[in-house]
Parts: sequence; structure tokens; C-alpha cells
Amino acid sequence: MGFLIALGVLILVSIIWMVYRIQSLVSVVKGSDKKTATGSNKINAALFILFLLGAGGLMFWYSIKEFDNYTLPIASEHGVVTDKLFWITMAVTGVVFIITHILLFWFSYTYQYKEDKRASFYPDNNKLEIIWTLVPALVLTVLIVSGWKAWTDITAPAPENAHVVEVMGYQFAWEFRYPGKDNQLGSYDYRLINPSNSRGVDFTDKNSLDDFPAQKIVIPKGEPVLFKIRSRDVLHSVFAPHMRLKMDAVPGMPTRFWFVPTKTTAEMRAELKDEEFVYELACTEVCGGGHFSMRREIEVVEPAEYQKWMAEQQTFIEMDPELIADAPAEIKELAQIQIGE
Amino acid sequence: MAVANISSHGTTAHDHHDDHAHSDNFITKYIFSTDHKMIGKQFLVTGIVWALIGGFLSILFRLQLGFPEMDMTFLKPILGGWIDESGRLDQNFYLALVTMHGTIMVFFVLTAGLSGTFSNYLIPLQIGARDMASGFMNMLSYWFFFMAGLIMFISLFISTGPAGGGWVIYPPLSALQQAIPGSGLGMTLWLVSMVFFIASQLLGGINYITTVINLRTKGMSFSRLPLTIWSFFLTAVIGLLSFPVLFAAALLLVFDRSFGTSFYLSDIYIGGEALPNTGGSAVLFQHLFWFLGHPEVYIVLLPALGITSEVIATNSRKPIFGYKAMILSMLGITVLSFVVWAHHMFVSGMNPFLGSIFMFLTLIIAVPSAVKVFNYLTTLWRGNLVFTPAMLFSIGLVSFFISGGLTGIFLGNSAVDIQLHDTYFVVAHFHLVMGSASFFGLMAGVYHWFPKMFGRMMDAKLGYIHFWLTFVGVYMVFFPMHYIGIAGFPRRYYSWTNFNFADMYTDLNMFVSVAAIITFGSQFIFLFNFFYSMYRGRRAPQNPWKSNTLEWTTPVEPGHGNWPGEIPTVYRWPYDYSKPGAKDDFIPQTVPLSSTPESNLPHEAEQVKLEKEIMAEEGGDVLVANESKDA
Repeated sequence: MGFLIALGVLILVSIIWMVYRIQSLVSVVKGSDKKTATGSNKINAALFILFLLGAGGLMFWYSIKEFDNYTLPIASEHGVVTDKLFWITMAVTGVVFIITHILLFWFSYTYQYKEDKRASFYPDNNKLEIIWTLVPALVLTVLIVSGWKAWTDITAPAPENAHVVEVMGYQFAWEFRYPGKDNQLGSYDYRLINPSNSRGVDFTDKNSLDDFPAQKIVIPKGEPVLFKIRSRDVLHSVFAPHMRLKMDAVPGMPTRFWFVPTKTTAEMRAELKDEEFVYELACTEVCGGGHFSMRREIEVVEPAEYQKWMAEQQTFIEMDPELIADAPAEIKELAQIQIGE
Repeated sequence: MAVANISSHGTTAHDHHDDHAHSDNFITKYIFSTDHKMIGKQFLVTGIVWALIGGFLSILFRLQLGFPEMDMTFLKPILGGWIDESGRLDQNFYLALVTMHGTIMVFFVLTAGLSGTFSNYLIPLQIGARDMASGFMNMLSYWFFFMAGLIMFISLFISTGPAGGGWVIYPPLSALQQAIPGSGLGMTLWLVSMVFFIASQLLGGINYITTVINLRTKGMSFSRLPLTIWSFFLTAVIGLLSFPVLFAAALLLVFDRSFGTSFYLSDIYIGGEALPNTGGSAVLFQHLFWFLGHPEVYIVLLPALGITSEVIATNSRKPIFGYKAMILSMLGITVLSFVVWAHHMFVSGMNPFLGSIFMFLTLIIAVPSAVKVFNYLTTLWRGNLVFTPAMLFSIGLVSFFISGGLTGIFLGNSAVDIQLHDTYFVVAHFHLVMGSASFFGLMAGVYHWFPKMFGRMMDAKLGYIHFWLTFVGVYMVFFPMHYIGIAGFPRRYYSWTNFNFADMYTDLNMFVSVAAIITFGSQFIFLFNFFYSMYRGRRAPQNPWKSNTLEWTTPVEPGHGNWPGEIPTVYRWPYDYSKPGAKDDFIPQTVPLSSTPESNLPHEAEQVKLEKEIMAEEGGDVLVANESKDA
């Protein structure tokens, strides 16, 4: 089998070789190697038009056919804004893209070499150049200003009433922590990390007494949610594609991102007619061999349901009372009261 | 007309290149050569070898991405232990492949292979100099580059694998060998290699700048420099200012890795232990890295644009439109390239206010880029286009520059970038605008100046086939990535099947991989053409493209010192193509204005008087040769 393939390749190469030699000899005989432009010039010019039509057609066909596949549904308030900006930019750049390419290939075809013709000597035109410096500058200014406005809104401090979720990245997964009833996350220190305290939560801080872990992120629809993001080892990046949310997790430098989810998981399932649908969380900063597997789920629920879910969760201390074994007596007392409730 | 006062090499010993032939042995001629032409060729051949290695690595990971279920046992002879028992590619090695592909292509192919080749080869020939300002430094520049390449090559074969944290080597991943095997010895070799590479770039850059400023021939004012030289000059300036910052970043990383400092490390718990490092900032590294990293994009791109300007003007038989605007836009790009770096870091956790500033600055840089595109289009307009392979590649470059440049407007907008950052949209963007465009510039340059380099012509038909397969192929590879990116597929993923939102487009990824293999395969047409034509190609005439620039006034195969007699004087700008009234459709730079009264423009007619005065002072003996009788 291998021999046959080798033989086939050999024959193919020798045929190509012969064709190549023959055509170069023919061109020498015809004297076309002395001409400025041969028949190939026409072919190349025509191929540009063919490419323009073919590739352009393919682009339009695929962009329209696949539209629902490559546009992810939006599930956050700011996502609507950024997607709108995206499509405005697409419209503006799309027009430029098409016009410039038509010109590029059309000029290439129309002005192909003709022996009796002479190119026009046209070295500059200041008016024209000022126009096409100013027009892009103006268009870009409009795009920048709208983008800037969206950016300042998105990165503004989170509202006071935002529901806090701590998202911590490590090789190769995410861990979540909720602040509990007080909506205050307890402080942490990476030196406190050990097998039973993977987040390094400081349980001598009373704010951490009602903190609880979660396997997936559960958040209420229509209310602001604040992700407090950190990393335990290398850089990671929180990416919730449907929420249009992305923020790096940096060891030693907590980051944040707040947003308002607009559709519950159930609503999205109905909308997409997909019973399996879940919001997902991925990592987008290369972090090692398991980078591609840092998947977690996000569940968006109605606010009432969220409160109910919150109440059902067990705090760290309820799960493992040993965590406060070394804590001062008053903390233990507080913890007793918490659990008692 | 003497040039001895301009050129340090303009001594009589160089007046006849044969005088030197006997003193060259193999080692001084082909290996430790101080001749800029040979050094340029050394850079080119080394760059081609690296391009093949870098391209081959990309085929390996495209196989993984396009055919995730594939049994790769057949690659065991090459990859050995990186293919496991069940025929799957190792996940860490996948990242190493991506990292090495990026490093090799950006630094070794598109920086050294492109500006190393053409700056060295063309600067003395196009400005009219005997050689570079310092031939010895120039030789060192190549050999430092060679050392860098050698060390990087060795790192491909060590047991823990080459560096694997991405070509941007962000710490802590690149600083901690517990985090990824590639951050062990592989990363050390990467850093050592980069130190050599940076030294090479600085030695080369100082030389390019000095040569352009000091060794221009008589009459070659800055306003008469071909755009190629302008682009090489500005590229060297950018490199000189930005590479030292990468050096600093790398040095601090070496300290963090080996000497227990905490420049970039803080609060890390890894491998079951808390590291003692506190107070460092991982974001600091990103700032330092991108302070080189973004100018690097223009280090790669500007020479390609310069080459394209030259090739398009020559083969359109038209002056480049807006010569001054082209220079100004390159100057604009040069300055702005230093103040946009943080647009790579919008979601890195840096202060969002900084993000706003960098968004403004970034989108400003789109303006000079747009001007360049419009000027290329206008140069084509009403031209008389000769589609040499170089011309085709230049038109291809303009197309990629538009396609990839426009997507930059999305990514430069921080609000839109939130979703697109680190997805395949970015991959599509920079592979088109920086990778493919620069690669096409490199190709255009090779096809255009091959006759000068080797005294023979490359086969045009093979060039056409090479162009069309590559042009269509590149679009087939990178255009679909836009869709994949808009769909949110993250970069540097070994596979996407873990995620519901990305568990699709296996067909599109397969298509991309097949296209990549075909595109890579068609480069062998070029390789054949290149090496075959070097020895067996048709002999080149002195000026095969009927070009105006100085390098075509040298002998077909220029010897040491470039011009056998005196260095020619320059009387006009390099773009007098199809000038009304002129007999031919080109007037070389060496033709005095006084000898072309029929085609002189009004302001040039005034310069004739001045020109004559200067000639009279110089003795006027050379002028006779080119002067027409009625002048």
C-alpha cells in the first residue's frame, strides 16, 4: 500500500515536472519570456474578478445561512448594548470591506496591461487625501464615542444591592462562594489554603461565617450580579459567552465584573426550543494543559426562586465545623447562632 | 561626482569588484560574510527554514482541531512520546505547538526573515551605498539570530517540551514549572534564545538607521528615498525603542523564575503549597510585554507595506499615489504604535479608565492605515498593471490588510472587545492583518528582488500557481475563523467538545484544517521554484521590471561594493513612471532632470538650473553620459 502511494506520488511529480519543462520551453520558443506581459496577465486579471464574485458569494451565502448558529443569544443587559455596537461596526466596516474589495479587484481587471496604453501620471491630490483622512477619522470618532460610553457604563462600580458571587479560578476549574445573608464575603488569604479550605477563606472573620460554596452559579434574573474574581495560581479568564462577560482572574489582584441577567435558563430553553440548554462559564486565558476543560454552569432563575435556593444552601461551617476549631470563642459563638437559625 | 566623502567604503579598492573575488574563501563568502547582500540572503534562507518549521507545527495542531478523533499514531516517528498510547496528542504539547508556532512566525520569520532580509539587502542598494555602516555588526546580527534560532530549535526536542504558555509567555504560567511542563527548561531556553534575538535586532537596527542617515549617495535626499527604505528605516527605529523593553520584561521574568524575586508573582498556591512570593503584579508583565508586542506588529507589517508600495508602483507603471501621505502615515503609525499597547489588555483587570484612553488611541491608528489602503487603490486606478508574481502578492497583501485591518476596529473598541477578546475572532484578525499580509509582503519581495539576488528569474507561471493557491488558501483558513470567533470559541483550546455553546462547527474546523494543509503544501511549489531558479532559472536582464530604483543600475550580479565604478548620483524621486512626454514609461533615479526637458513638470524645470550648477561644481564629466543633446 505504502509502495503504491509512493509510486503514485512519484508519477504525479514527474508529470508535473514534464508539464513544467514543456511550458517553459514553449514560452522560450514563443519569445513570450521577453514580453512585458503575456497571456497570463489576462488570466490573472480575470481570476481576480472570479475571486471577487466567488469568494464574495460564498461569504454572503454562509453568513446568511449560518446566522443563527454563530450569533449567540444574549442574556444580559449590557450584552444588548455591546452586540448592537458590534453590529453597527459590522455594518460600517462591512460597507468599507465590500467597496474597497470591489475597487481593488475591479481596478486590477480593468487596468490590466495593454501594450498601446500608458498609465496616467497621477502622483497626488491633496484634496482627495484630506477627504479620506477626515472621513475615516469622523466615522471612527462616532464608533469610539459610543463604545466609550458603553464601556464606562459596564465598568462603573456595581450597584449597592448587587448579589455578590466570588469566582475563583485554579488549575483546572472554578470554585464559587456566596456571601450568605449578610451579602459580605469573608476575607481570605492564600496562605490559609489547605485541603479542607480550598479557597483560603479566613474563618476568623465573622463575615465568612455565613458564606457558602456552590457547584454552579445560581443568579436571579433582572437583578444586578457582581462577580468578584480571583485566581489561586496562574492567570485565568472568566468567560460567560451568553452574558457577554469576560474578565481575567489574576493571582494577587482581585478583579470584578457586574451585569444584569435578563433571561432565566428556563426562558432561554423555551426560546431556543432546546431542553438541554445551560449557560456556561469557560476560561479564556491560557492556563495550562486543562485550559479547555474549565467548564462550569450558570443557572439564571426568578428572584423568588433564587431566595429559596439561597436559604437551602449549607454554609462552609455547617458542612465542616472543624473549620472554626482554631477561631476565637466569640466567633464560635456567632457561628453557633448562625447554625441555630 | 566623487562619493568618497559620503561612503566610508568608497575607496578605489572597491572600484572593481573582481579585485576582491580572489580573497574570498568559502567561509568568508558564505558563512562569516560581512557583505550586506550575503547577510540578507542568509536571513532569507534561515527565515524560509523557520517558516517551514513554524508552518509544520501549525499543521500538527490544525490536525488536532480539525480532526479531534483522529488516530495520530502515524506521527509517532516525529513526535514520539507526545502521542499517547491511544494515538492522541498530548494536551501540554498542543499548547507548546501553539506557542512555538507563534514565537517562530512572529520573531524568526516575519521579523528576522522579512526585515532582516530586505533591510540588509535593499538599504545599501537602494540608497546607493557600498555596504552597511558596519559590516561586522551586521554579521554579528545574523549570527546572534542564528544562535537564537539554534537554542529555540534545541528546545523543541527536550523531554519537558518547549515553552507552552503561549507566545506572550504571561507569568505566572511561564514562571512556574509546576503550572505546565513547558515552563521548565523549555521556558529557560525560550528566554535565552530571545536575549540573543533581541541583541541581533538591536545590532541590525542600529546599522539600518545609521546607514540610511549617513550613507545615502549624492542627491538621495530623504524626500527621494523609495518607500521601502522609509519603511525599513522606521521599522528599525521602532525595533530599537521597543525591543529593549522586552529584554527588561524577560530579565525580570528570569529573576522571578530563578532567583526568587516577585516582580510578577503574588499570592500563589500551586502544587499543594503556598509560594512565598507576594507583592508582584502579573499585569506588569503584560504592560512590558505589549510595549514591545504591539510595536512588533508594525515591525512586521511596515516592511511589507514598504515592499508593496514599491512593487505596486513599478508594476502599475504609475507613481505611488500620495508619496508624502504614505511617509506621513508611516510616521504616524510609528509614533502611535507606542501608545496603543494596552488594547491587548482591556479585560486583564487593569483600570477601566486606562481602557478608555487606549481605545481612543487605538482607533486613531486606524486612520493612517486607511490612508495607506486608499493610496494603494488610487495607485492601481488608471494604471497599466503588469501581473508579475510580486504584483499579485502585493495586491493580495492589500486585500488582507483591509480584511484584517477592519476587524481591528471591532477589537480596538473595548466594549465590543469584551466578548471577542481571546476568541477565534482575534486569531482571524491578526493572522490576516499581520501574519498573512506580512507574509505576502515577504513573498512579493522575494519574487521582485530574486533577479537581483541571484541573477536569475523565478518561473512566473509557478509563481502564479503559488499565489492563487496561497491567496485562496489563506482566506479559506482564516475567514471562517471569524464565524467561529463570533460564536465565542476561545483560543488555545485543545478541543471544544466540553462546552455546549462551542460543541459545533466541527465541519468548519475540518474545512479550515484541510485548507491549511493545502496552503502549506502549496508553499512547496515556491520552494521548488526558489531553489531551482537559483541555479537553473533564466538569466535575468539588468532591469527586469523596468524599475526606477538604484539597485537595478548595478551589474546583474553585483559584487562586493555593489557598483563597479562610482556610485551613481540621484537626480529625481523613484516614482517617475509613465511621465507625460517621456519616451519610456519609466525614468530611473539616475537620469538627470536636465536630460529630460520633454517630461519635466513646471517645478522640476526650475530645479534643472540648480542641478546644472551642482554638476558644474563637480566637474560635470558624468553628466554627459546621460544627457540628451538639446539639454
